[in-house]
Amino acid sequence: MNILMAILTLGGMALIAGIVLAVASRAFHVEGDPMVDKIDAVLPQTQCGQCGYPGCVPYATAVASGEADVNLCVPGGERSMLAIADLMGVPPKEVEEEAAVPMLAFVREDECIGCTLCIKACPVDAIIGAPKQYHTVIEDHCTGCTLCVEPCPVDCIDMVEKEQVLEEWTWAAPGKRPSVPQTLHKDEENHAASTV
Amino acid sequence: MTLLISSPHAHGGDSIRANMLAVILALLPAAGVAVYLFGWLALFLIVLCMLACMATEWGCLKLMKRPTDRIGDGSAALTGLLLALTLPAAVPWWMALIGCVAAIVLAKQVYGGLGHNPFNPALAARVVLLISFPLHMTSWLMPMHAPMLIAIPPLNLYDFSTCWQLFWFGPEALGKGLDAITMASPLGHVKTEWSRGIGAIEALRNYDYSYLDAFLGREAGSLGETSALALLLGGIYLLARHTITWHIPLSFIATVYVLAALFNAVNPEHFAPPLFHVLAGGLVLGAFFMATDPVSSPVTPRGQLIFGIGCGILTWSIRTFGGYPEGVMFSILLMNCAVPLIDHYFRPRVYGK
Amino acid sequence: MLPALFERFGLNQLWPTGGFPGGVHPPEHKITADSPIIELPLPPQLILPLKQHIGEICAPLVEVGQHVLRGQKIAKSQGYVSASVHAPTSGTVVGVQDHAVPHPSGMGRPCLMIEPDGEDRPDESRAPISDYRNEDPALIRERIRMSGIVGLGGAVFPTFIKMLRDQRHPVQTVILNGAECEPYLTCDHRLMLEHAHDVLRGMDVIMHAVNAQNGVVAIEDNKPDAIAVMRGAIEAAGMDNVEVRTLPTRYPQGGEKQLIQTITGKQVPEGRLPLHVGVLCQNVGTAKAIHDAVCLGVPLIKRVVTISGDAVPNPANVCVRIGTPIPFVLAQCGLEDLNDVRLIHGGPMMGERLPRTHVPLVKSTNGILAFHRQSLYSEQAVEEPCIRCGHCVEVCPAGLVPNELAWHCRNDQFDRGQDYNLFDCIECGCCSYVCPSHIPLVHYFRYAKGQVAKIEKERAFAELSKARSEARDNRLAREQAERAARRSKVRKQHAPAADKAAKTAEKKTDEGKTGEGKTEAVKKEGDKA
Repeated sequence: MNILMAILTLGGMALIAGIVLAVASRAFHVEGDPMVDKIDAVLPQTQCGQCGYPGCVPYATAVASGEADVNLCVPGGERSMLAIADLMGVPPKEVEEEAAVPMLAFVREDECIGCTLCIKACPVDAIIGAPKQYHTVIEDHCTGCTLCVEPCPVDCIDMVEKEQVLEEWTWAAPGKRPSVPQTLHKDEENHAASTV
Repeated sequence: MTLLISSPHAHGGDSIRANMLAVILALLPAAGVAVYLFGWLALFLIVLCMLACMATEWGCLKLMKRPTDRIGDGSAALTGLLLALTLPAAVPWWMALIGCVAAIVLAKQVYGGLGHNPFNPALAARVVLLISFPLHMTSWLMPMHAPMLIAIPPLNLYDFSTCWQLFWFGPEALGKGLDAITMASPLGHVKTEWSRGIGAIEALRNYDYSYLDAFLGREAGSLGETSALALLLGGIYLLARHTITWHIPLSFIATVYVLAALFNAVNPEHFAPPLFHVLAGGLVLGAFFMATDPVSSPVTPRGQLIFGIGCGILTWSIRTFGGYPEGVMFSILLMNCAVPLIDHYFRPRVYGK
Repeated sequence: MLPALFERFGLNQLWPTGGFPGGVHPPEHKITADSPIIELPLPPQLILPLKQHIGEICAPLVEVGQHVLRGQKIAKSQGYVSASVHAPTSGTVVGVQDHAVPHPSGMGRPCLMIEPDGEDRPDESRAPISDYRNEDPALIRERIRMSGIVGLGGAVFPTFIKMLRDQRHPVQTVILNGAECEPYLTCDHRLMLEHAHDVLRGMDVIMHAVNAQNGVVAIEDNKPDAIAVMRGAIEAAGMDNVEVRTLPTRYPQGGEKQLIQTITGKQVPEGRLPLHVGVLCQNVGTAKAIHDAVCLGVPLIKRVVTISGDAVPNPANVCVRIGTPIPFVLAQCGLEDLNDVRLIHGGPMMGERLPRTHVPLVKSTNGILAFHRQSLYSEQAVEEPCIRCGHCVEVCPAGLVPNELAWHCRNDQFDRGQDYNLFDCIECGCCSYVCPSHIPLVHYFRYAKGQVAKIEKERAFAELSKARSEARDNRLAREQAERAARRSKVRKQHAPAADKAAKTAEKKTDEGKTGEGKTEAVKKEGDKA
């Protein structure tokens, strides 16, 4: 009798809990796969396709479904990799290609034939121009993805280093060397040499 | 090309080494009292422990491929000295050695070395020894110069060769049992008498207890814990040098005093008087030299006060209600566990918030 | 005596003796305290950065080859928070180019180069406002704005903005900051000794402009002569609503927030300005500059700078034209060879080490310290493990836990760092100064602050890119849908024979599209749109 009571009590509690959970899962249902959004949020949104997927959302979807590795995002580098690994709960992996200095696409306008192929290739619409007109890269919008370099039939697009300005300079961690750009004047180098 | 360098470009000149050496210096009066009370034995133990700790540290650093010149920061030597001062004079040398290895390996280097150990290494090692060798760790060698006893014939503890024999081969080599040359500490005595239904006042009376002797150190106990006077001298030096702050020692000792005074006021026959609690056992040593160990104590002033109060409550409780006669060591180690929590919740008030 | 004893035993936490919590007392090294201010000759070239203040960069008003007069405005502010630049002497503009400025990065900024003609002819277009007491405060503020005056204590925030009147928060007290708590620096000290009257008049201008009832001149007790001189000058000027307050010598007593706490006993609430506790703080150098601008009509073209440090043969306080190259100034003090010399721009506690020596002296320069390489602590220090001694917590005037904070910053846990109030750090350097493990705590905090800003910026850029990418995908999908619709319309109108051909063509374009990288997901999204 006692055993029956115990079974009934526990079973009843389990049933109630189950019903509550079922109702709650309906009531508080979240649309979409939150994991994809979370992963997408830590990606740099370069849309460069270097991961092998046609953009950041597809890569996030692939990672969330477990079909892609966490270390494929080149522009995101180690920081993105660590964040994704943390979200997915998997051990971090080595990022194979080291993200280089920030780059920008630059169109050599006198060579441009105005074919608009690069405009079509740009994933963030950062190149403006019309057929038979010179094309120009909007610096503030270029993500440096290099997708426009390949389609250009006359190879007039270069990737140039993003210019470093003093306002954007930040302290490196202790023990690192200061970044002194080489754009200063000749007469200065002698003076600079005396302190470095 | 030079490294990127940030301000400030000046420094106050403090260093880890200077701090460690200061604490060693501050412990010298207590070590002197130990030698005065226990003669050559104390000297042997202190030297053995300091050397053993430094050797173990060097070995660990070598094994972990870290720069071995870190041995020069003096932290291992200090751990050795502190451990020696918490040991009874009659422990065998190999036991002290085990303690040293436990202190450096188990309590310090496995956590990542200096600065990362959650517990005070010397205290952790002492617990290891107390639990492993309870008999030896609670048998207190009869001190010389103490008023209540005379030399133990035919042993002469002033004698180098007798001490040498005792140190390396134990009392058996001299044809004595351990209990023939040891006695109870005041705290141990009170605890035993309690178990026989005798109150603290009565127990102290039949122990022939004197506050003056306890203050000066003429009583049974660990090497360095007996003399409150010598420890206070060292403590004041550390306070003046700003190696430690007043927060932990004051709150620790004051809490024990207040608790003991309260209960003593309620039932003076049963509960020991507050001054006895303050002078007895390792309280002064613990409050000034163990609980203030920077690595394993809170960093914020308020946190330090909480830490000291916690140590005080635990110490008095263990002494009064616990199974062990002395609670300083356990209370500090227990509060060490709480340090991350204390540091998290007792931060200073941020300017403007 | 008693405070010192308190400090010794750490009792100042029970009874704060410095007015603000924490702080340190480094050796003062005020070796130039007795050297009168010397006027330096004109250098062969002046380099004037177009940005010497907090805020927007200025736009040059002059062209290369143009002749300018002393005090002539040569660059105008482009934004509200900005301060214009004036020609320090008469001469010819010889260039507008990037030139290294005093900054720890060693990087450059656009600068105007002026070659003095040696005549030093003044621009007399601005008349002095001698009767400023009866002048409209708005006009005085405008004069201060036009004169390019910024906070000369080192913060270089445009002064006129601090002097704006806010009806809800009237300024009761103007505090003149003469604490000068940094070791070595003595320029404010000398200014008070030699120009007490001008400084006080400058203060009076400020008090009139913000309609403040009383004023406090705050001086640390290690400058008894300055205290006496200022008291005398106040008495002579009959300013009975101004008093000199002697402060305990304790770094960073001269920090604005710390000073306010010492003087008023109040802390400036987080996210608020000194204004909100009824206080306006100005440096004595700024007060002198305001006096010059208002009472003499001279804009900010020169300032007093302390040249000191163990590598300088003749340490001195010098009055220099802004834009003078620092090697020229050092040469005047006997230091010619800059090999193996380390330059600090500012004081030893908060100053920046200059990786380049050929930089101009700017508005924020209150001191240039030259040290031998081996005597510069920050270069020799070797970091050891933290032993959690808590000294950094004791001395932090902002009430932080620097050791924990540094731990998070070192491990790039910036959100934890912000939990530990990273952005309340004022970078005063007290923690690094006392650290027995020689941990460069301030450096870690600067690194973390920079990284947080950088990450925030990257995040904003990523969001923008994402929005642009999505907009593009939507547009492409829409265009495709429109094309398909048009095609089916055409198909309906024509014969079924053509239908077959059209179908194959459509297939081809579809394949082409997938080859370009468009996925099913995008199509679906396009359909939805």
